[in-house]
Amino acid sequence: MSDVIELRGFSKHFGAHPVLNGIDLAVRQGEVVVILGPSGCGKSTLLRCLNGLEQGSAGELRFNGERLDARSDWRAVRQQVGMVFQSYQLFGHLRVLDNILLGPLRVQKRAPQEAQAQALALLERVGLADKALAWPRELSGGQQQRIAIVRALCMNPKVMLFDEVTAALDPEMVKEVLEVILDLAEAGMTLLIVTHEMAFARAVADRIVFMDGGRIAEQSPPEAFFSNPQTARAQQFLERFSYVENLPRRKAS
Amino acid sequence: MATSGFELLWQTAPQLATGAGRTLAISACGIALATVLGLAYGIGRTLGIAWLDRSLRVYLAAWRAIPVLVWLYLFFFGLPMFLGLSVPAFACVVCVLGLWGASEVGEVVRGALRSLPAGQRDAALAIGLGRLQAYAWVLLPLARKRMTPGVINVYTRIIKTSSLAVLIGVVDVTKIAQQIIERTYASVTLYSFLFVFFFLACYPLSVLSRRLEQRWSH
Repeated sequence: MSDVIELRGFSKHFGAHPVLNGIDLAVRQGEVVVILGPSGCGKSTLLRCLNGLEQGSAGELRFNGERLDARSDWRAVRQQVGMVFQSYQLFGHLRVLDNILLGPLRVQKRAPQEAQAQALALLERVGLADKALAWPRELSGGQQQRIAIVRALCMNPKVMLFDEVTAALDPEMVKEVLEVILDLAEAGMTLLIVTHEMAFARAVADRIVFMDGGRIAEQSPPEAFFSNPQTARAQQFLERFSYVENLPRRKAS
Repeated sequence: MATSGFELLWQTAPQLATGAGRTLAISACGIALATVLGLAYGIGRTLGIAWLDRSLRVYLAAWRAIPVLVWLYLFFFGLPMFLGLSVPAFACVVCVLGLWGASEVGEVVRGALRSLPAGQRDAALAIGLGRLQAYAWVLLPLARKRMTPGVINVYTRIIKTSSLAVLIGVVDVTKIAQQIIERTYASVTLYSFLFVFFFLACYPLSVLSRRLEQRWSH
């Protein structure tokens, strides 16, 4: 299979502060890559670079074999690389359906009927067919996030980027969003996922990329990563998570 | 000789109407110019382009620091003197009101745009909208509720400030009223008329502002 996304020696710094440092990463068509790492390790910045919301400072970024830099036609790229954000970012002045159709109609200039049929089918798929005419503020966080996913999907992207999409959600709404992402993974879509949900990472990933200090510290299949992490930093990182999960019951006083 | 105030106003109604029409025309043109340029200013200051931001800040400082009256004299007497460019008084007033209003409207627009979460712009760009499309379809519509009261406030100030036109010889409603006072000494009547006229010109805008805010409160 061919590489959809390819990074070579990719670096990014904000002023003198390096955020990404010599990243080498190739993502195959249909692969599900989960990026883990401590806060500030650069994983969100990496996703933002992949659809041009940030520009790299050095190194190479290729999409479908084509090299991308600050002068590239990012509007065209973004139609193929959908992105979903932590805080949903639905547009409050538009109803759900108009949120979803803004890109297909204004950017892709598609026929309204065809685009609307797809939007409604996607809403059906995420279980929100009855919310097409609702305003974003009337919806729960989990519903808004599923709409945001539909908004990105309705552009028919080749790749989807998920940037901590469940981090702002109440625990009982995490499930409904993760199920949608699992569904996409099973349908064979190329996904790059930044998350702090370890169990989800393990379940959905073809490969775990562990980042630390702007570098890729380690890449391995999920089973290998979670049972036998290679780097001390990854061990430490996983221990923090398992510490909470395995916290013993406090002795009753 | 007119016996009552109302009779006087009735007799001079044609002149007053002409003056009122001119005041409204000046105000409307000034408001239109201020709105278009103010939107451009607000967008320009939120694009994150350093040189543009700096130039627009200088523009703002110039219109804030120098009284509108001085600008009016600069345009009316200064342009012919320094550039040999003679601009009709009416156009001078409209330009000065429009350019001054643009700095005020622009600051309101900038503030409203800045108050939006940064992620909204990212989300708009992420679905492939161009930078200006993001303003047209997402950012300005999102900010319009917040900018409405401030912008309408500027509009009413433009209407009231339009009476400075008298000072460069434009015969607007204030000038007509003065002329009638000079003839009849009926200052109370005419100033009461001006009071009511400006109130009626400005008040509907305040009502409109409240209506729009309600309409956009989703």
